[in-house]
Amino acid sequence: MIEEKARRIRVDIIRAIGEAGSGHPGGSLSCADILAVLYFHAMRIDPKRPDWEDRDKFVMSKGHAAPALYAALAEAGYFPVEELLTLRKLGSRLQGHPDMKKTPGIEISTGSLGQGLSAANGMAIAAKLDKKDTRIYVLLGDGELEEGQVWEAAMTSVHRRLDNLMAFVDYNGLQIDGSIEDVKSLKAVGEKWRAFGWHVMGIDGHNIRQIMAAIDEAKQIRGKPTVAVAKTVKGKGVAFMEGGVDWHGKAPSRDQVYKALVELGERIVDGGGVVNG
Amino acid sequence: MAEAGEVKGEVKEVKKVATRTAYGKALVELGKVNPNVVVLDADLAKSTKSGDFMKAFPERFFEMGIAEQDMIGTAAGLAAAGKIPFASTFAVFAAGRVFDQVRQEIGYTKLNVKIGATHAGVTVGEDGASHQSVEDIALMRAIPNMTVIVPADAVETQKAVFAAAEYHGPVYLRMGREEVPVIFDEDYQFEMGKAVTLREGNDVTIIACGVMVAPALEASDELARDGISARVLNLHTIKPVDREAIEAAAKETGAIVTAEEHNIMGGLGSAVAEVVVSTMPVPVEMVGIKDVFGQSGKPAELLEHYGLTSGNIVEAAKRAIARKAAPAPSRSRRSRRQ
Repeated sequence: MIEEKARRIRVDIIRAIGEAGSGHPGGSLSCADILAVLYFHAMRIDPKRPDWEDRDKFVMSKGHAAPALYAALAEAGYFPVEELLTLRKLGSRLQGHPDMKKTPGIEISTGSLGQGLSAANGMAIAAKLDKKDTRIYVLLGDGELEEGQVWEAAMTSVHRRLDNLMAFVDYNGLQIDGSIEDVKSLKAVGEKWRAFGWHVMGIDGHNIRQIMAAIDEAKQIRGKPTVAVAKTVKGKGVAFMEGGVDWHGKAPSRDQVYKALVELGERIVDGGGVVNG
Repeated sequence: MAEAGEVKGEVKEVKKVATRTAYGKALVELGKVNPNVVVLDADLAKSTKSGDFMKAFPERFFEMGIAEQDMIGTAAGLAAAGKIPFASTFAVFAAGRVFDQVRQEIGYTKLNVKIGATHAGVTVGEDGASHQSVEDIALMRAIPNMTVIVPADAVETQKAVFAAAEYHGPVYLRMGREEVPVIFDEDYQFEMGKAVTLREGNDVTIIACGVMVAPALEASDELARDGISARVLNLHTIKPVDREAIEAAAKETGAIVTAEEHNIMGGLGSAVAEVVVSTMPVPVEMVGIKDVFGQSGKPAELLEHYGLTSGNIVEAAKRAIARKAAPAPSRSRRSRRQ
């Protein structure tokens, strides 16, 4: 069930970015499994009531992975799946990076890296002020951890004892200019979070059961926030994209979309349309 | 609004209060009536006076440490969850250091965050150029959805804080470190986006904000002694700007002087000029900082050094009036220059 949702998210990502002719497939595909678990297993949400005040909240700090978030929201029922094909087009609700004013289900606009955890902290603090048992989830990119604000925010999460907050690091090891190791090594990233006072887990970001277990474990932790450093593969699920730094911000051609969708188990009909596999 | 002819805006030299002091007091009063108000500061609570709120409502005050970017982001998250955050720090950090955070997470999102920016302008004094924001109005004015307010005195600050809390959306409040004369009575009615006519006049209009409002009133008195009737407008809201008041000033007095403790580029003067050139072009003289950074010194010395006194306003007014009478440069002179 969750695996099928993750597959659908991947299909939607490829179709939307292919149709848009631009976008970020690599980092969208790498976080698809985490989003599938969050939106179809973990989070207390009601897609018919995006403003329901007792909802759990998700912050996509790595805003360029918007296609994955849009796919999850559409599959969950926040808006029609076919609307995904308007991605990045003039007048669309689906902007190149998430816009809370345009798209139902988006909790905060993102796109300038390094800012999501601060906003998630604010939401977690507000939940505590209001004595709500809602939980806040935030997804960070690994390259994003090079932004200093992330560590300012990491201190705030711990200082404010935000145990209603869980962060995921989508650790696919690649950023625009190359590998994280070459651009600016994060060294022992888990130890960094631990040193800041977080409860830290290392998981396989494509293993549904591990992601679910990490979320369950985070719910048991009291007095501190939890981060799951999730080892992932950039472009996961599409063989010719996997591990390729070039697929950070490049759209697949029409032929490549076809090839990717076949690999993802979609049946293709005439005119490029897709029938659910 | 007061009736025409009524005496308003008398400078009460005996009473001086810093706008930041009024900010701290206003936050406490606001906290009493609005439980959704929360306050954040980045290790400057004693200076910005947000510390008053910390003492009164410790559970609704968030000390963020020396981390302005995180403070703005956290304020955005709090606002997204229905709170009314007042994020407080020095103007140079509030507008400059965190420009991207303010743009992305407050302006673009149109979230209900109020930025309490104190220690604006050269009157920060001895700390020098690194701490003297002379470009924050320009930066904040350029962000869509942002409202920019520069209160002139303690009373106006108090009213502006309450008006900002009532308004749903991003507001930048620019305040100062130094004590400034109290101009307004306690029953003064503040209306966001509506300039206040402090003196009526026919020959020239002085449009000022913040610490330059008191010198503008003095300048008006000095000009009166020379037989010049100068209107004085307190343009406390730089954005959205009061086009009506500016157009009326251009039409009815035919010359304008702007006065601000800010770079002449992008601030109050620019905002006024943008309206004037698009409706009724009349001479506009700008009193402000002439595109330079400040330096250490006593606040009064710095105002003098950078040409921000009532005397400078008087001179500018006379220049504006002279330009009003002067014929336009002839075609031949222009062509010679080319």
